[in-house]
Amino acid sequence: MSAKRKLEVVGKSRRRVDARAKVTGQARFADDLSMPRMLHCKLLRSPHPHAIIESLDAEKARAYPGVHLVLTGKDFPVPFGIMPVAQDEYPLAPERVRYVGDPVAAVVARDEKTAEEALKLIAVTYTPLPTIASPQEGLEQPETRIHEYGEQGNIHRNQSYEFGDVEAALAASDHVFEDVFFYEGNNHMAMEQQASLAYIEGDGKLTLASSTQNPHYLHRQMSRALQMSASQIRVIACQNGGGFGGKCDPAGHEIVVSKAALMLGRPVKICLTRQEVFYQHRGRHPILMKFRTGVSRDGKLTAVHLQTLLDGGAYGSHGPASTFYSGVLTPVTYELPRFKFDACRVFTNKPACGPKRGHGTPQPRFGQEVQLDKIAAKLGLDPAEMRLNMVTQANSLTANWLKIGSNGLAECIRQVVERSGWRDKYGKLPEGRGIGIACSTYMSGAGVSIYWNKLPHSGVQLLLDRSGQVTVMCGATEVGQGSDDVLASIVAEVLGIDTAEVRCVTGDTGLTPVDLGSYSSRVTVMMGNAAMEAAGRVQELIAAAVAEQLDTLPDQVVMSQGRVFAADNPSHGMSFVEAVVLAESKFGTLSTVGSYSPPKQPGKFKGSGVGPSPAYSFSACVVETEVDHATGVVHIHKIWVAHDIGRAINAVHARGQVIGGVYMGLSEALMEEQAFRRLPEKLSNALVHRIPSMLEYKTLTSLDMPEVDVIPVEDPDPNCPFGAKEAGQGPLLPVMPAVANAIWDAVGVRIDEVPITPDKILRALVLKREGKTPRVGPESFPAVPYPEAVFVLPPNEGGDGNESKNTSRTIAQTRKEVTAS
Amino acid sequence: MSKTAAPAKLHITLKVNGEEMEVSFAPYKTLLEVLREDLGLTGTKHGCELGECGACAVLVDGAPLLSCLTLAIECAGRAIETIEGLANGPELHPLQEAFADLGGSQCGYCTPGAIMTAKALLDHEPEPSQQRIKEAMAGNLCRCTGYQQIVESVERAAGCCRERVKA
Repeated sequence: MSAKRKLEVVGKSRRRVDARAKVTGQARFADDLSMPRMLHCKLLRSPHPHAIIESLDAEKARAYPGVHLVLTGKDFPVPFGIMPVAQDEYPLAPERVRYVGDPVAAVVARDEKTAEEALKLIAVTYTPLPTIASPQEGLEQPETRIHEYGEQGNIHRNQSYEFGDVEAALAASDHVFEDVFFYEGNNHMAMEQQASLAYIEGDGKLTLASSTQNPHYLHRQMSRALQMSASQIRVIACQNGGGFGGKCDPAGHEIVVSKAALMLGRPVKICLTRQEVFYQHRGRHPILMKFRTGVSRDGKLTAVHLQTLLDGGAYGSHGPASTFYSGVLTPVTYELPRFKFDACRVFTNKPACGPKRGHGTPQPRFGQEVQLDKIAAKLGLDPAEMRLNMVTQANSLTANWLKIGSNGLAECIRQVVERSGWRDKYGKLPEGRGIGIACSTYMSGAGVSIYWNKLPHSGVQLLLDRSGQVTVMCGATEVGQGSDDVLASIVAEVLGIDTAEVRCVTGDTGLTPVDLGSYSSRVTVMMGNAAMEAAGRVQELIAAAVAEQLDTLPDQVVMSQGRVFAADNPSHGMSFVEAVVLAESKFGTLSTVGSYSPPKQPGKFKGSGVGPSPAYSFSACVVETEVDHATGVVHIHKIWVAHDIGRAINAVHARGQVIGGVYMGLSEALMEEQAFRRLPEKLSNALVHRIPSMLEYKTLTSLDMPEVDVIPVEDPDPNCPFGAKEAGQGPLLPVMPAVANAIWDAVGVRIDEVPITPDKILRALVLKREGKTPRVGPESFPAVPYPEAVFVLPPNEGGDGNESKNTSRTIAQTRKEVTAS
Repeated sequence: MSKTAAPAKLHITLKVNGEEMEVSFAPYKTLLEVLREDLGLTGTKHGCELGECGACAVLVDGAPLLSCLTLAIECAGRAIETIEGLANGPELHPLQEAFADLGGSQCGYCTPGAIMTAKALLDHEPEPSQQRIKEAMAGNLCRCTGYQQIVESVERAAGCCRERVKA
């Protein structure tokens, strides 16, 4: 341990380590890669949303000049999927297609054009099956099943958890509010289309360079689907041109080109078209939600009963996790003594839904925060004050046994209220103008890995040599968020050098220690803690060697600004390079490792693994808007967002993450939707994507984007490296409800549905003029056959974190008796 | 099968970043494809190949152009500028400096197209208002930044370019 000093790297605004490559066009994305003898791959996709493949004749395609290989479902007997409980996908569908766009065959040819021409020569005969367009239809039609596995019929996942007797709490509440909300699905629309290049290296091993956020999980699934030892496979995550969750799932095309490269002994590349990216999807689940919320007279929550119904699309993907996330973080923002959460995910004949920025939590956060606004209005309370009066506390446990560490939510609310001039504006702006507030939280990394194991979540290796070169290796993946810069910053800070002195080698299963990937906002905390450990160990070695030379104690050695010296005599010292040489002479080759596993979590019931995190970030957002009565068009004037980041590692990029999240949230709030339509009967009645192009899938442009005032709240969290929590996902979450609440303040209508488009506002304004309830949103929630709840006593009712089976029965019994009497 | 015979290639000279480059390519190829596949200039990106996203913007005779909608043959004899030609040796262009320092680039995928579009703006309007910058950049989609730091980067670069001209 060397002597403490002020932070020199962390917290400053710095040019990120990969910036130069990106502004010069030198950054190499997957489709930028090219190799001698490289072939190109194209996929044939199903025109039917649900059908049996009766026959597939590829002979003509195989004979087409320039074609080297045609692969079909027969070549891939083993299914795969990122979650062990949902391995229901094949690289190419062998017997049945489940959505328009499901791949059935692949052509590998000398160029893309030849491959495309050959695709047209493949003759597939299909027998169409009944299709399911929505979860409601899926519940009504248990047959024909889209998958043979699942809970029952077309229900993929179905679950219920109750933390304390929620019915009793609701019955004893001064008010109970019941609201139904809908959040439409949407796509990540990362600017880079997925691309992959597979090749065989000189040593005979397979390498796949790909647009992937999770090279480690991809590595495992390639080993499974190709039936090869993982040690014979190397996965390189290229620079990703944005991910947002869309490149988390191992994808069929990655396995297809790998197989082709193995069979042909030549490099094979694929790049999806934009239309195909909309088919690959894995975007935000459409979710219908019902909140029953008990409130005391003074606006404190007594209990929430949340029910969700998820439209899963055609495959499992991350669905089992998404189902949990549609509720588990609900109790993290405000004191909530009791909580019940029912969730059901239904298969439909549409592209599979999965994780998108906020994974399953933006939908219920929208519902909860809009309902709170309604509650405040009903009780005559200021929505900001009401929230401030019930924020959760630092170092507390929620009703569902999530452990909150640092908590800056109260400060976030105070900051946005102050900066936005909330008190002078709320309810006081002229008709047509309004202001709204909402809050949120997000995990800084999922506390449990996607597959069960006791291994570290992140590993970092440091290698130093006599040149002073510092190389840091980690499996973490750069998706644009700046993970390489975080890695370099942490190492540089500990060693007292500049980030330019650190070389990052990341996201390569052939070279780097395992890191689980860029998802769940886990990288800064998990990779960062592993990097702290590795750098701390090398720092100890250097300090020991230098202390001997300077005749001082190791804990008196300071490493700062490229020099290593004694704390009490800064002129008595040496350069960093000289110090490394000393340490290498004393200890031999200098290399250290660090690893990180999240702390054990207090919940012990089955299903408690989804939701825990080493730390939670918090955000508060105020939106000021103007609504045009004639057109229903919403014009956002300004957005204030305060984000409890713990500590920013790089100030300019932390701000960028926050603005980027706000942008994506606003774009979802106002326009983004992955919507489908049925073709007319005479055109097959198929269920097709309404808008598989960037022109029709509307997003905000630079002209639409309002000013965002970012207020970082820095309350360092002890579980995090230098206290730094996440910033990549949390700031998106409060934006959609804040927009809806601002529209209410502006024109007095409630849009309980995302996206909030002008037609919905106009409809609500008409209802208002007619004296009807000025609301547009889902009218009802269907009868979902949720199972009996797993009952767990909350921490403040004497629970121990386990399911209490007897208590559950006792309560049900008591309820029945009460009802009977 | 006669229709499968590869079409005769064109052999022409393109002027890219001030250099005359001889290149052979099939006549149907777009400028984007020729730059990336035949000249190895992969700095220019693609997000849709349908003229929707702006990632492939390059300058042709000083004006921003979507290279995915332009046939390479149409560019014979015209001055093509790509991101690879922007820096002056080791010295970055003020736009590159500003994008790197102010967070104008996150994943970096839209960055080459955004920077080239901004260059065309600053070449023609050295003192653009913030609104003019937003208008000029409205065809360059970005999913990471929320545009604010892109606009800030262009504003700073405009200031630097003006100072450079004065000096």
